[in-house]
Amino acid sequence: MDILQILLTDSFWAASLRIATPLIFGVLGALICEKSGVLNLGIEGIFAAGAMAGWMAVWLGAGLWGGLLVAALVGAFFGLIHAILTVPLGLSQHVSGLGVTLFATSVSYFIYRTALPNVSSPPRIEPFQALDIPILSDLPFIGPVLFQQTAMTWLALVMVVLVWYVLSRTALGVAIKAVGDNPDSVDAQGLSVYGLRIGAVMAGSALMALGGAFLTMSAFDAFFFGMVNGRGWVCIALVIFASWRPGKALLGALLFGAFDAFQVRLQTEVGAFVPGQVFLMAPYILSILALVIAARGADYPRALLTPWFKGQR
Amino acid sequence: MIRFETRNAPPRALTVGVPILSALVALALASIPLAFAGANIPTAYAEMIKGVFGSKFAFSEMLTRATPLIFTGLAAALAFRAKLWNIGAEGQLYLGALAAVAIGAGAIDVPAFVLVPLIIVFGAAAGAAGMAVPTLLKTRFGADEVVTTLLLNFIILIFVQMMLEGALKDPMSMGWPQSAPILDQGMLPQLMDRMRIHSGLIMALVAAGIAQFMLARSVWGFRLRAVGENAAAARHAGIGVNRSLMSVAIVSGGLAGLAGVSEVAGLKGYLTADLSPGFGYTGIVVAMLAGLSPVGVVISALFIASVFVGADSMSRAMGVSSYLADLVVSMSLLCVLIGGFFARFRIVRTISEVA
Repeated sequence: MDILQILLTDSFWAASLRIATPLIFGVLGALICEKSGVLNLGIEGIFAAGAMAGWMAVWLGAGLWGGLLVAALVGAFFGLIHAILTVPLGLSQHVSGLGVTLFATSVSYFIYRTALPNVSSPPRIEPFQALDIPILSDLPFIGPVLFQQTAMTWLALVMVVLVWYVLSRTALGVAIKAVGDNPDSVDAQGLSVYGLRIGAVMAGSALMALGGAFLTMSAFDAFFFGMVNGRGWVCIALVIFASWRPGKALLGALLFGAFDAFQVRLQTEVGAFVPGQVFLMAPYILSILALVIAARGADYPRALLTPWFKGQR
Repeated sequence: MIRFETRNAPPRALTVGVPILSALVALALASIPLAFAGANIPTAYAEMIKGVFGSKFAFSEMLTRATPLIFTGLAAALAFRAKLWNIGAEGQLYLGALAAVAIGAGAIDVPAFVLVPLIIVFGAAAGAAGMAVPTLLKTRFGADEVVTTLLLNFIILIFVQMMLEGALKDPMSMGWPQSAPILDQGMLPQLMDRMRIHSGLIMALVAAGIAQFMLARSVWGFRLRAVGENAAAARHAGIGVNRSLMSVAIVSGGLAGLAGVSEVAGLKGYLTADLSPGFGYTGIVVAMLAGLSPVGVVISALFIASVFVGADSMSRAMGVSSYLADLVVSMSLLCVLIGGFFARFRIVRTISEVA
């Protein structure tokens, strides 16, 4: 009975959306990259870089929105490295992405350690606060779930709509999708395959970095080593689960968030009988299951992983 | 106009020269973070060299560090040759280590000539199973093995923590989450007095030799390379692609499992959840730097181990963060990727014609 009651509490739904927020940014980012034909396994490292850069910018006095801008620019920078290696140079997207993850992570850790060599407890910033909108925030149920989140959660939701709109309703979106399906046709129309792919990877990577920044600037108020903890990889699985649609990506992230929030609460109910690690494992197992179920039916961008060289057909 | 043209076969000097040059460029690029950290750059490099070649002990430490990297490097190299993206060596390493303590820490009391081979076989089998599962998910359900092996790393590490706080916890550990120590007769023999270097290194070198031979000379190696170069053509030629993938998965996972066996039964003696500082992921860099050649893996593992041991020692002496080593390792991966591009293609200047 207690277990069902968990689903009826507003705190459960509020936590689900909060846990989903960094994943929404990450899934959208990965989706944009892959729609253009480029798998970006740099995501895990770009999360770490966004988390560190955003936090450090705020800590140095840039302000919260300034911090987000810095995080996005840092993400775009690492995206540019991945894009140069995989688009004009056409190198293995798998290996380049892993290289970017290792590079972005170690750069972030090195800079953090160098700036703060001997701190016992990580310095804190004043993070994004829960919104307090007159009337709306005080509504029963809806208020705590939707209107007491931080501005970053709302930014994530706006991004879902924006990415959906750009991809399905604008010429740019049509071009990005075309370059991920059939780059020759894009080239034949006189558009730049390289330009579109590099731009998409940079934009997607900027979104990934915002997902990382959420961790240090909204969910917590400090930077920790290893805090990304596989969230980037989960996003890569969720994109396939979402079959590259922004709406389904939101749904996937929310399902994942709900599951994670549920397992934390379940742990307090049955934690005496089941080791806590079983619950910690569950989200990763869920991601693998989602991948296994969705993989065959997924609508892969047809030119994903395939490099394209100008003048070679 | 500048155009890239594929070379038919990259000259031998380039296939060997490019990785060496890439490694040196990455090392040179380390001067940027060193300058950022305010260190005296020549002193820092001197400290790094001293940290590896300065004494017999330092050099043996480097060899000790290279041992697991040879195993995980081989695991990545063989799998990548078949275009099977095993990014799960980190998890498979832990599975091997877990099997080693499960069987070697007192579960059975048999003499060394029985126990040591048992530990090795079970450790390798555990690692192999850890790669067989995602490979099955790939061939059966089309689930991308990159994502599943990456996620399995997290699942396995949490599973190890669960075991270390549960079934495999050492009752004498005063509450620390660690396994009971492997019985004395289960430990791999040491190679030198008062040094940590152990016979896991010999195992790793033998594994590299066998892998080199099998890859270059056996039918198994031929099938593996054929599947990696063009799976559709291999299938057309009658090669069982899924079977080849599964066999390379078992070998690759087994090698990663041996990395765990060698760390636990050769070096640490017991298992903790921080056994590996990312040896599985670093193995990917080792393999790429080696151009996916097993013999090359030995050399690049020695280089990467030197970077880690040298940078550790430099960082203790000069107070520069030891994350510098990870930075150099990641930069050498990016450098060798770019270098590989120029080895495969030549830049051709052509006069642009009107199409």
